Formats: sequence, structure tokens, C-alpha cells
Amino acid sequence: MKKATAQAVKKNKIQILENWMKFQLTDEGLRDDLMNNEELHAQSVLLLDALIRAMETGETLHASSREFDPIRDVLGEISVMRARRGYSPRETASFVLSLKQSLFDAIEKEYKKEPESLYKEIIAVNNILDALSIFTFEAFLKGREEIILRQTDEINEISTPVIRVWEGILALPIIGTLDSARTQIVMENLLQEIVATNSSIAILDISGVPAVDSLVAQHLIKTVSATRLMGAECIISGIRAEIAQTIVHLGIDLSNIKTKASLASALRVAFDMMNVEVKKVDRRSNILLK
Amino acid sequence: MIVISKDSMGIIREQDVVPFRSRVKEYATKIGMSLVNQTKLITAASELVRNMLKYANGGIVTLEIISKNGISGVRLTFEDKGPGIKDIQLAMKDGFSTGRSLGLGLPGTKRLVNEFDIKSVPGEGTTVTITHWKNGR
Repeated sequence: MKKATAQAVKKNKIQILENWMKFQLTDEGLRDDLMNNEELHAQSVLLLDALIRAMETGETLHASSREFDPIRDVLGEISVMRARRGYSPRETASFVLSLKQSLFDAIEKEYKKEPESLYKEIIAVNNILDALSIFTFEAFLKGREEIILRQTDEINEISTPVIRVWEGILALPIIGTLDSARTQIVMENLLQEIVATNSSIAILDISGVPAVDSLVAQHLIKTVSATRLMGAECIISGIRAEIAQTIVHLGIDLSNIKTKASLASALRVAFDMMNVEVKKVDRRSNILLK
Repeated sequence: MIVISKDSMGIIREQDVVPFRSRVKEYATKIGMSLVNQTKLITAASELVRNMLKYANGGIVTLEIISKNGISGVRLTFEDKGPGIKDIQLAMKDGFSTGRSLGLGLPGTKRLVNEFDIKSVPGEGTTVTITHWKNGR
């Protein structure tokens, strides 16, 4: 890219910015619901300044060269910020692409008498802007991925609650797949809660676990052994008919573990173990007797 | 035997296991497999896919709906380029494991599905094919 091109762009910066803003504001895809015009203007200035600085630095310029690092930083920030606000990646990319027209206008003026140079310079600028718009996609995805990772952590945290159902009885409904990381959280929460509440019985309910393969079973067995080491008894409930058959065919031995089909029957066993009796009281007859 | 539909899926991370399982479930539901047979097939698939991740850093699974004598079934082929299995007979024994697991993956899978086939060349990789028919027979 020729020095003259960078200078032409710098010289006409105000004009370019004005045209670009006009283009963006009249565009059908303008999201004035997500960002006000001042902010859009500020972002546009930021990007244009960074672009001019990068163009000034080198003649042999590619979008992947080091000179473009600052502009990639600016663009990365803009993309992530837009992703958080709910912009689609297409909208962010067209933000960059919409700069083309006003840049080309300025370059055209500069090379009016040299069509060959004009062609070369336009191609060069075009390539850079294309590469930058692709970069916004990458940055957008990265922003989204961060959000997903954070949500995964949150889900893991909230999806393993330990519930105190009775004095000394804890229940742990497990929903979703039980992998190594999840088991670790479940086990930690359970053991901590056993100490904190001085409980002697823990019920692990696996009604919400879609499939029990040998790895899940191994994790369950580990959790039960750890609970026993703490001096508490562990009951596994919520074993559905199809899961029971699968476990038998797989050859997993759960005979050392107390298992029940439903949380209700597990609770009954727990009450028995604690010598607690649940009785139905007929209030009306009591009143009559009095 | 005819192949009615065919699809494949790459497995490279542990996060791929859950979407893969729901894919298998989708196939099993499509041919009207009963809940028990569905669960057996999904569990078998889950075992094999975990093996693939643990010992071979992933691989490719081919999912097929096949039909034989008017009965449809799901056939899954697990291909990896891992270290392979030296002694298949030993690996098929209950309780044998080189990876500190329960050692039920391969023999258990064989018991869960109707047809089971394993081929392995040490140093080249392993291919496991399982078929489960709609009626579970």
C-alpha cells in the first residue's frame, strides 16, 4: 500500500467519518435500540483512528501483520461488547464493511489520474477490511464462548443442591449427566453438608440422570464409599426400570449399596433406620373421643 | 440387509458425549425402539464412546439405521486411531481394565446389545461395531 493512500485517508478523515456515520445511521439494520448514536460515533472514531495509524506504519501491509495488533484489540473489544448487548455477528461485521464505501471515495479522489494505482490501492484496502470483518466474527464467537463457559460453571453450581429433608437426613437430587467434574462437586457438597448438619443418612436421587453407564456407576460407588467413611449411610433412589435392567446387563454390582425405586421409599427406609414413625392421624375421631 | 440412513459424528472432547447420546436416542426413537432397548443401546454407546475418549483421544462414530427381514435396527461403528488392544480376549473379560475403571465397558456392552464386533490392530487403532434391533432380539 502506498504512503499516499494512508495520507489521503488521514487528510479526509473527517469527511470519511461523516459519510460513514451517515451511511450507518440511514442503514436499515441500525440498532438504535441497542446503542445510542453518540456511542456508535465514538466506536467509529476509535476504529477509524486505529486503522489510519496501522495504514501509516507500513507499505507491505497484511491484516495479519503486527501493525494491526492495536486495531485488532480495538475491534475485539467492540465485538465482545456488542455480543454482550445482543448484536448479531452479521451486524458487527457490517459495521466494519460499511466503512469501505467512504474509504474508497477518498482513495478515488487521490488517484483520479492513475487508474492502475487506484485499482491496486482499492484492492489492498478492501482485503484489509474483509480480514477485519472476519476477525469480528472470531471475536464475537470468543465472547459468546466465555458466556457459555460461565453459564456452565453456574449450572454446575446450582444443579447440585443438598436438601435437608429431615433432622439428620439429607437428599441430593442429581439431574443431568454425572461426569468426573460433576461428581467432584456433588461429593464435596454432600460431605460438607454431612458435617455441617450432623446428618447420618444421605439419599442420592438419580431420577434425573438419563443414562447410567459404568463410569457413572463408578462415580456413584465412590460417592457412597466416601459418605460411609464419614460415618453416614447412603441410599441411592430413583432407579428406573430400564436403568435397573441396563445395570444388570452391564454387570455392575450395586448389591452392597442400598437402592430404592423412588425418593419416597428411600425416605421411608431412612425413617426406619432413625426409628422415626410417620403416622396418619384421624383428627375427627380424636375430637369425638374428647 | 439394507442401510436406510447413515450419518457420522466426530468425538474429540468429553463435552461431545451428551450430544452424541441424544443423537443415538433420536435414531432409536425414530425406528420406534422401546424404552428399555433404547436405554440399553444408549448405555452401550456411552461406554464405547468413553473408551474412545479415554484410550484413543477420540474418534469417529458412524450412525446407521438398517433393516433386515423387515425389522429395523440401529448400527453404530466406533473407529479410532488409538494404541489398539493387544489382547482382545483379555479386554473382553469382566473386571479387566488398564485404566483403573470397573472393567465392565467392553464385556458389559456386549451383553447390552444384540450384535457386537471388535477389531483391533495394536498401534493402528480399534473399530467396534454394535447393532441393536428394534425388538431387542
